[in-house]
Amino acid sequence: MNEERLRGLLMEGLSGQAGPYRTFLSELTPHLRAYLRRRLSSLPEEVEDLLQELLLAIHSKRHTYDSRQPLTAWVRAIARYKLIDFMRRRSRTDVWNDPLDELDPALACASSAASEAQYDMARLLRELPDRQRLPIQYVKLEGATVVDAANRAGMSESAVKVGIHRGLKALAQRIRRSE
Amino acid sequence: MNIEELIDTLARDVAARPRASAWRTLPWAVAGGALIALLLAVVALHVHPALGQEALQPMFWVREGYCALLGVLGCVLLGSLGRPGARPGAALAGIPAAVLLMWALALTSLVKSPAAARGALILGSTAAACPLLITLLASPIFVALTWALRGRAPTQLRLTGTALGFAAGALGALVYTVHCPELAAPFLAVWYLLGMLIPAAVGGWAGPRLLRW
Repeated sequence: MNEERLRGLLMEGLSGQAGPYRTFLSELTPHLRAYLRRRLSSLPEEVEDLLQELLLAIHSKRHTYDSRQPLTAWVRAIARYKLIDFMRRRSRTDVWNDPLDELDPALACASSAASEAQYDMARLLRELPDRQRLPIQYVKLEGATVVDAANRAGMSESAVKVGIHRGLKALAQRIRRSE
Repeated sequence: MNIEELIDTLARDVAARPRASAWRTLPWAVAGGALIALLLAVVALHVHPALGQEALQPMFWVREGYCALLGVLGCVLLGSLGRPGARPGAALAGIPAAVLLMWALALTSLVKSPAAARGALILGSTAAACPLLITLLASPIFVALTWALRGRAPTQLRLTGTALGFAAGALGALVYTVHCPELAAPFLAVWYLLGMLIPAAVGGWAGPRLLRW
């Protein structure tokens, strides 16, 4: 990573010049992508999403860069923070994510027409009983943790997990039937 | 949105809005939080009636200096913790050094006084209330500092939260001195420190939730 060049471009960007700032982001991107690929070798499909999130973070926190500080250290600290944050989020929710998304062909097809699927999903979700609908809504759609969802729905954690599991199964069945 | 489009959008955004002056938020947060704490101390507690006479004693200024120094060191530490990749530096070592210095002063004063008087030097007459009242006065400063730090980019949330709570505690203690009648070093070494450590513990616990970005 060419520290001096990138730092110069960033400093011009910070003074409001879009051109150098654009070059800064474009030249930084391959470094960030390589960094994420090395560390997410088991999850290559997540790299591009996280890369965008990382660029956004660098952009929205650009005022915290101090020109006396090495740019590499600043970028690396942000990248590391976002990576750890991503891992933590994933470890909390993804136990319940993988099986259906990857194994169920009905859901895999639905993802191609995202907005339509969202509409169908909302309609189907309404047909589920509360003990299945609320956990799915909180954990799967709003991204809450199982603990939060349990508190909000007034259910035990295991009831939330069971509700998600059964509810997703029921949803998958309904989707198959409706096709 | 692909990467190229994202970069274009961000580049346009940088031209539209000049660099945010977020570095000035920390002093403003300190001033605002401390002012509310001071109002709280004057209204809810009361100003110590003998404050004027106390101010003539050297220990009064040791107490003020101790709290102010810890507050400033805490804020300097916060400044670097809010910047990704920055080293905490001397502030991190300065805090334990100042606390040790106060303990040394306390120990000296205990050794020099007769055995029967030592308990009173440590406990004073307000020991039970002191740490809780400091925590109370620290809370508006805590909120203000949290607001300031959320505009930055702390990457070690637990450590940042702890430093934030400690800084709020030290500044809260500084405000508390307008009400507090105690000047003995052993009292300050124990109860003032406890009053700073309670918000620090709260900050360490809540940091990952409050400061996540």
